[in-house]
Amino acid sequence: MDARRNWQDLPDERGRFGAYGGRYVAETLMPLVLDLEKAYRAAQADPAFQAQMDDFWTHYVGRPSPLYFAERLTEHFGGAKIYFKRDELNHTGAHKINNCLGQVLLAKRMGKTRIIAETGAGQHGVATATICARFGLPCVVFMGATDIERQKPNVFRMKLLGAEVRPVASGAATLKDAMNEALRDWVTNVHDTFYCIGTVAGPHPYPEMVRDFQSVIGREARAQILEREGRLPDAVMACVGGGSNAIGLFHAFLDDEDVKIYGVEAAGRGIDDRFEHSAAIRGGRPGVLHGNRTYLLQNADGQILEGHSISAGLDYPGVGPEHSYLNDIGRAKYLSATDDEALAAFQLCAKLEGILPALEPSHALARVGDIARELGPNGLIIMNLCGRGDKDVFTVADALGVKL
Amino acid sequence: MTARLDKRFADLKQRNRAAFIAYIMANDPDHETCFDILRQLPTAGADVIELGFPFSDPMADGPSVQKAGQRALKAGGSLRKTLDLVTRFRAHDKDTPLILMGYTNPVEQMGHTAFAEEAHKAGVDGCIIVDLPPEEDAPLRAALSPHQISLIRLAAPTTNDERLKTVLEGVSGFLYYVSVVGVTGAKAAVTTQVRTALEHLKQATSLPIAVGFGVRAPEAARALALTADAVVVGSAIVDEIANSGKPEAVERVLRKVKLLSDAVHTARDLEGLSP
Repeated sequence: MDARRNWQDLPDERGRFGAYGGRYVAETLMPLVLDLEKAYRAAQADPAFQAQMDDFWTHYVGRPSPLYFAERLTEHFGGAKIYFKRDELNHTGAHKINNCLGQVLLAKRMGKTRIIAETGAGQHGVATATICARFGLPCVVFMGATDIERQKPNVFRMKLLGAEVRPVASGAATLKDAMNEALRDWVTNVHDTFYCIGTVAGPHPYPEMVRDFQSVIGREARAQILEREGRLPDAVMACVGGGSNAIGLFHAFLDDEDVKIYGVEAAGRGIDDRFEHSAAIRGGRPGVLHGNRTYLLQNADGQILEGHSISAGLDYPGVGPEHSYLNDIGRAKYLSATDDEALAAFQLCAKLEGILPALEPSHALARVGDIARELGPNGLIIMNLCGRGDKDVFTVADALGVKL
Repeated sequence: MTARLDKRFADLKQRNRAAFIAYIMANDPDHETCFDILRQLPTAGADVIELGFPFSDPMADGPSVQKAGQRALKAGGSLRKTLDLVTRFRAHDKDTPLILMGYTNPVEQMGHTAFAEEAHKAGVDGCIIVDLPPEEDAPLRAALSPHQISLIRLAAPTTNDERLKTVLEGVSGFLYYVSVVGVTGAKAAVTTQVRTALEHLKQATSLPIAVGFGVRAPEAARALALTADAVVVGSAIVDEIANSGKPEAVERVLRKVKLLSDAVHTARDLEGLSP
C-alpha cells in the first residue's frame, strides 16, 4: 500500500479509482455527465452551497447524529468498546437523505426542474421524495415491480410525499432494472431532468459526489470519538451494498493508516456459485455496469446476475468503484454476513440496546463481535448504524415465522 | 474487415443510394431461427447488417430491443454464440459488412484481445459498443485495429461542436448518428431536425453517416435516406419476431426488411434528388 497516497485526490480526472470507476455511458448522456461534473465543481467551490447544506443538515435532517457507546453489546461480545454512529436517527430514518439533500440542491443550482431516482427497498426513494417535497420539485421514482410488491409501506410513503412511483417490469423487476429505467428516462429527458443516484455507483462524478455528500458521517464520527475517547478508533465498520453509508464513514479515516477498515457484504444464503448472495467483492469479479467498472455478480458471458439478500438495501449486484479499489490495494477489508447472521444480530441489538437496526447495518453488526474480540478490551470500534429497522419488521417477522 | 464496409459505402455512393442497415438480435428467438433470418437479410435488401449481442442490462435500449435481448438470453444467447452466427454467415456471404452491436461488459469478460481475434476470425467488420464513449474506448480500439475492425462511434443531438471533435478523432467505418434524445425505437426522429444535424456533421467529417435509434416506418426511412448515407432500423424489425410464432418469424422479418430497404433504396430516385 502506498502510505503517501493522498486519498482526497481520488478519483482522478477521468473518474478512476485505480482500474475502477470511469464513465461508461451512451454518447447521448456523455455531455450531461460532463456538465454535471462542471456544475458540481462550481458548487464545491462555493461557500454558499456548503452553508445551505449545513443549514438543512442541522435543522431539517438533524445532524450531527450522535455517537453512542453500545455498552451492553460491548459487554456481550467481551472485547473492544463498540460505538454506533447513529445515522438511523436522521429524518427519514437512514443515511440516504445526506446525499439526496446535496444532489437536489445541486439540481436546483443547475436549473433542473424534474428529479428522478431509482429505489430498491424504497429508502432512497423516500429520501428523494422528501427533499423534492421540501423544495417543490416533481419527483419520479423508478422501482421494480417485484420490489413494489415487497415494500408497500414505502411505496405509499413516497406517494404521500407527492412522488410518482413508476413500476419497472423489465428484467427481473428489481433495483438494477429500476436503475436501467432511470438511465433510460434521463437519456430521454436530458434537458430538464436531474438523476439523483442513491449510492456511490454510476458514471463519474456520481461515485465521488455521493461519497462527498455522505462523508459528513465520518467527519462527525472522527471528531466525536476524539472528543469522547481522546483517540482514533482501531476499526471502523459498515455494511456494503452499493456502499454509500460505508464510504461515508470510511472516507474521513482513509488517511489514518492505523485505523482498520471493514466493509460487510451480504452473503445471503451463502457465497457460492448459486449466486444467492449480494457480495459483489467477495463473490463477484470486475466488470462494467451502470456507468462504471467495479466488482459485479455475473456469469462467464458477462450477464449480470440478480443476487439475493434478506436486506433489500444490500440486494444490488454491484458495489461502488471506490470499494473495489480499497479492496484491491488492501486499505479496506471486506467481510460478509449471511441472512441468518444478520437476523440474529438484528434481534440481539433490539434486546440489548433497545434499538431496532435496519437489516442492512445488522450485517455489519454480525461481524462486529469478531472484530471486537480480535481487538480485545483496549480496542475501539465505530460501526455505522445507517438505518432504523422499523421498515423491516414485516420481513423479520416473516423470516422468524411470526404472523402479524 | 473495414475494407468490406468502405467498399459497400463507396459502391452505394456511386449508385446514389443510401445504405439500408438492418438490426437483429443474435439468438432471437433462438439460434437456428436467427441464423435463418441472418443469412437471408442481404437478399431482402440489407446492405449492412447490425447484429446485436445480448446483455442483461441494456440501458440505452427501448422496450423492443430489451425484449429481443431477453428472448435471446432465454434461448441461450451469448457473445460467443453471436460470433458463431457470424462465422456461419460468412461461409455463405463474403461481401455484406457485418457490425456487432452491444454493451461493454460481455466484451470485457471475453477480454479485448481474445474478442478482437475471435471477431476477426468470424468475419466481423465493425463494432458499436453503446456504453463505451470515446473517453473509455482506447483499449478496445487498440485491440481491434490490428484486425482492421472499426469501432464505430456515435454522435447524438446532445453532442456539441467541442465534443464532436473528440468523437471524430481517430474514427473509422462510419459515424452513427443517434437521431433522437432517447432510447432505441421509442420516439420518432423529426426528419427536418435530423437533416439539419446531418448537414452540420457532414461539414465536420467525410465519413459516411448512418442514422438510427428513431426510425421505424418506411416513410421515415425514405425521408432520411435523402440526406443520410445509411438508415438503421432495429426495433421495428425485432418487433416482427415478438409478434409472431417461430415459423412465420423468418418470413415476417424478411418482408419487413424488404419494405424498409425498398423505401431507402428508391428514396432518391423518387425525389429525383442527388445529395
